[in-house]
Amino acid sequence: MADKQSLNRREFFSFLTVGWVAFSAACAGLASMALRYSYPNVNFEPEMDFLAGRPTDYEAGVDERWKNGFGVWMIKRDGILVALSNICTHLGCVPNWLPAELKFKCPCHGSGFYMNGVNFEGPAPRPLERFRITMTPDGQILVDKTRIFRQEKGEWNHPDSFIRV
Amino acid sequence: MADKGLAQKVRDTQVWKSIFRHGPPDNARNRAAVVAGNVFLHLHPIKLKKSGVELGYTWCMGGLTFFIFLALAVTGVLLMFYYRPTAEYAFNDIVAMREHVPLGIMREIHRWGAHAMVITVWLHMFRVFMTGSYKPPREFNWGVGVILLVLTMLLSFTGYLLPWDQLAIWAIAVGANMAKATPLVGHGGPGAAFAVIGDFVMVSDKNDVRYQLLGGRFVGEPALLRFYILHCVFIPLVVGTLIAVHFWRVRKDGGISAPL
Repeated sequence: MADKQSLNRREFFSFLTVGWVAFSAACAGLASMALRYSYPNVNFEPEMDFLAGRPTDYEAGVDERWKNGFGVWMIKRDGILVALSNICTHLGCVPNWLPAELKFKCPCHGSGFYMNGVNFEGPAPRPLERFRITMTPDGQILVDKTRIFRQEKGEWNHPDSFIRV
Repeated sequence: MADKGLAQKVRDTQVWKSIFRHGPPDNARNRAAVVAGNVFLHLHPIKLKKSGVELGYTWCMGGLTFFIFLALAVTGVLLMFYYRPTAEYAFNDIVAMREHVPLGIMREIHRWGAHAMVITVWLHMFRVFMTGSYKPPREFNWGVGVILLVLTMLLSFTGYLLPWDQLAIWAIAVGANMAKATPLVGHGGPGAAFAVIGDFVMVSDKNDVRYQLLGGRFVGEPALLRFYILHCVFIPLVVGTLIAVHFWRVRKDGGISAPL
């Protein structure tokens, strides 16, 4: 009889509480592990910064050599060289450069941008973004895509948003 | 003994009796046993009001949706035998399904079925709304149905990437940018701009919810694999479970609502 009384009602419920807390903690731990699991430690996408040669490598106008690998147009115009993002500011497609019409045209919904990246037709609400572009000490161009410059925020006057050529 | 019909002889065999524990469904008790003793049918109400299943009232849209879901599951499994979710093979395998595989219409059935299921789900929801069948005691089941609606559209969304053509890639690029705009957990969404400590950006394109969805910063091969797993395994499992709950609650909440 003494054994049967070893766990009274109050103790049973405290064990139950411990059990439920442990079960909830295990579930939360599993959920957070699954969440972390979905973010790989390494991805095999192109680097966010790259050396883009020397300013003399570029003709005046739009250069598409970095478009496929890094998603960047190099635009040399009016004495400056800029690194323009090729992500449409409407919904994130990639516009095409149309040399005959001197504009970027997005195939998804028809947004159009001038050569300098400013939007003028279609649904895009703001100009294409510039990436940070600087010179390394040995005279090469370094494009850094982790820092963006938005024209509508007045950031295209920032010294890192272009280089003089 | 000799005048026993063939049907009765079959019913008297041990094989038959081991499968069907009840007698022939020629009385109310046996008919109830048919439903209650079957693992699939037991989700279904044992008795229905005849007026409750009038075609003009239910449109049979829930039933059609379930039928199409089963057809999609079967055709989808068949398609999986010929599809490899890699950037190198995906598009060519889709073409091969039409050109090199018998019954090349299989993929079209899957695709048309997907369109049809979205339509029937909406019409089912419309019917349930117009007949007031979302009201208590059925409000919980309405909630389950709304989740199933969202999952149906997520199945369409994830399946849309698998052909791996230009339309697929850019449609998913646009769709995934909606995840980018999620408050707090998307790097383009409200709140993300404030989650910055000095130069350290807490919510960036490398750790936000869009990255989790795509397995990368843009729609690439990891996104194809993720969408394939979501489309073929993860979401169908959740949908199948919720369909069981949905049918069970139809039974437990008083059956299909009857015409007034």
